Amino acid sequence: MAGEAMRNSAIRLLLIDDEKVFLDVLAKRLAMRGILPTKAYSGKEGIQLLRGHSFDAVVLDLKMVDMDGLEVLKILKIIDPDLPVIMLTGHGSEDATQDGMAAGAYDYLTKPYDLGLLVEKIRQAAAARGAVQR
Amino acid sequence: MKKPEPSSLPPHYLPLVRKMFLTIIIVSFVPVFLVSLTIYLQFRHSYREKVQEHLVELVRKHKQQIDAYLEARLADVRFLSESFGYAQLADQTFLQRQLMILQQTFGPTFVDLGVIHADGNQVSYAGPFSLGQAQYADAAWFRQAMENQTVISDVFLGLRGLPHFIVAIRRESEGRVWILRATIDFVAFNNLVEGIRIGTSGFAFIVNRAGEFQTTPHMALHAGEGCFGGFLTCAEDTTRKIYIAVRPDEAGIESIYVTGLLKDRSWLLVYKQHTTDAFRELRRAERISLLFFLLGGISIVIMALLLSRRMVDRIAAADREKESMSRQVIESGKLASLGELAAGVAHEINNPVAVMIEEAGWIEDLMADGHLDDEDQQAEIHRALKQINTQGKRCKEITRKLLSFARGSEGSHQKLDLNQVIGDVGNLVAQRAKYANIEIETRLSPQLPAVLGSETEMHQVLLNLVNNALYAMEKEGGQLTVSSVLQNGQIVISVGDTGPGIPRAIVDRIFDPFFTTKPVGQGTGLGLSICYGIVKKMGGEIEVVSEIGKGSTFRVRLPVEPPAAKSS
Repeated sequence: MAGEAMRNSAIRLLLIDDEKVFLDVLAKRLAMRGILPTKAYSGKEGIQLLRGHSFDAVVLDLKMVDMDGLEVLKILKIIDPDLPVIMLTGHGSEDATQDGMAAGAYDYLTKPYDLGLLVEKIRQAAAARGAVQR
Repeated sequence: MKKPEPSSLPPHYLPLVRKMFLTIIIVSFVPVFLVSLTIYLQFRHSYREKVQEHLVELVRKHKQQIDAYLEARLADVRFLSESFGYAQLADQTFLQRQLMILQQTFGPTFVDLGVIHADGNQVSYAGPFSLGQAQYADAAWFRQAMENQTVISDVFLGLRGLPHFIVAIRRESEGRVWILRATIDFVAFNNLVEGIRIGTSGFAFIVNRAGEFQTTPHMALHAGEGCFGGFLTCAEDTTRKIYIAVRPDEAGIESIYVTGLLKDRSWLLVYKQHTTDAFRELRRAERISLLFFLLGGISIVIMALLLSRRMVDRIAAADREKESMSRQVIESGKLASLGELAAGVAHEINNPVAVMIEEAGWIEDLMADGHLDDEDQQAEIHRALKQINTQGKRCKEITRKLLSFARGSEGSHQKLDLNQVIGDVGNLVAQRAKYANIEIETRLSPQLPAVLGSETEMHQVLLNLVNNALYAMEKEGGQLTVSSVLQNGQIVISVGDTGPGIPRAIVDRIFDPFFTTKPVGQGTGLGLSICYGIVKKMGGEIEVVSEIGKGSTFRVRLPVEPPAAKSS
């Protein structure tokens, strides 16, 4: 299975969320699950990180203070059109989710979510990215 | 629903009750009164005419009857004188027989008969008195008879000392002038007139030109009473030579007099009756009508009272219903504005919840990893637990803010610190504003006096205005300015945005219920109308100043709590 094959080489994941406490603990937990997270505490920071580094997938919070998550998504897609982006949304923002999917997001999850499900989606996304790259 | 007691009517409805009562009274009484008055006057006039007509007819009939009676007696005497001549009648025995025949024919009408010479000496006499050689040369009737051929005298006592009157006829036969005279029984004649009796006070009598009674009046009367003397000048002439006069009698009682001339205008038949007696039936009808009018009037008053009371009760009930409905609208508007909040709140709650779930998962991860005695691990677990605690408190704070908005849904009135209310609403929308890139600026005047109102409703007003302002700026971002200031005894709260402004075409409609510019399904159109209702209820005003491209500012002016109420 493709996912099984990817397990040994750590997935390089970009995490973008302005909720620092949340981002920190999520990064630690993902790290325990064979994912290599890079934290960005704002949209701008995430965009800068993507310019200098290569990632297998991105997890992006849709609601941030400095920049709208949707804007960030659009810029990410311009920089790297094949990059799979998983959106994290709060409840009651279905419109934004739809807009995100239309803008090319790979998938989305609603907070609070199940970590196992997130990891599964990250793996799927990375696998998809791998398939595209191959 | 509980039927409201009439006594529970609030005092401000009483002028309405009074007005309705008076209207009903006027509307029902004026026509009834006018119709009744018209009917009454018409009836009284007809009735009086009828009574007077009846009396005139009565007097006329009796006048004719009396005249006929007197004429008949004169005719009897004339017949006697013409049938037998002087020679036979001068014979006392013959005369006696003729008297007997007359008395047999007419009853005791004829008292006596006498034949008198032109010199006044009585030649023969038939009758109960011994008046054989009586001399009548000086008697008024004798002189009249000599002058006028016939005479019917007034009633007088004469030689015999009893009231009587004389019917005499002058004859010229057998070379001499002589007079045949008959005395008419007063009682028989008197009965003709005395028989006229109506009611308790109506009776008739006859007076002569000198004002002397020719019949016995049934009741005490002064001969000069009323206008008998000058009856022709003081009475109203009717077409049948009967005269009517209404005037007070000697005793001062208003009486009706009906008179008619008799006996060649030398006697006057007078019918007299007290006016009250004559119109007794009319008085009775008046009393009964008045009684009915009063009873009807009382029932109209009672009905008017009940009706106005009941109508106002209904109005009051309708008002109460309206009030409760507007309260429901306010409540539903509150729900709607809460709904607008819900999306923001969901995000606010979900963020800390997500953190807590992650931290809990992290502790789980660490525990599964073993090495629990490792100091670093211990510290990490403690940090995670502390974070869960912190995030839990964050959630609690959010719910507290929400509750402070929803609290006191009864809308109880209390002294409000508007700065506090502004602060509450600011807290509630801070997050939403932050995400929409909207800067909130508050300029609050310190030591603002309290206003009287419901905290919930005031929250609702401000939250609606602020929500609208945020909605207007959500796309572009901007600045929300909320200020409070004391101005001319009013507290003025302004909520200003730097949004696109309100088009002039719709600015007059924004306070109308169900008017909304939001897409279908997103706005109820109730927010501003509810704000308007609440502010009006508090005795305040709400207005908007808007300029296209620059933004809108809503101003709420509220009266400061009056000092008297403040001290209590």
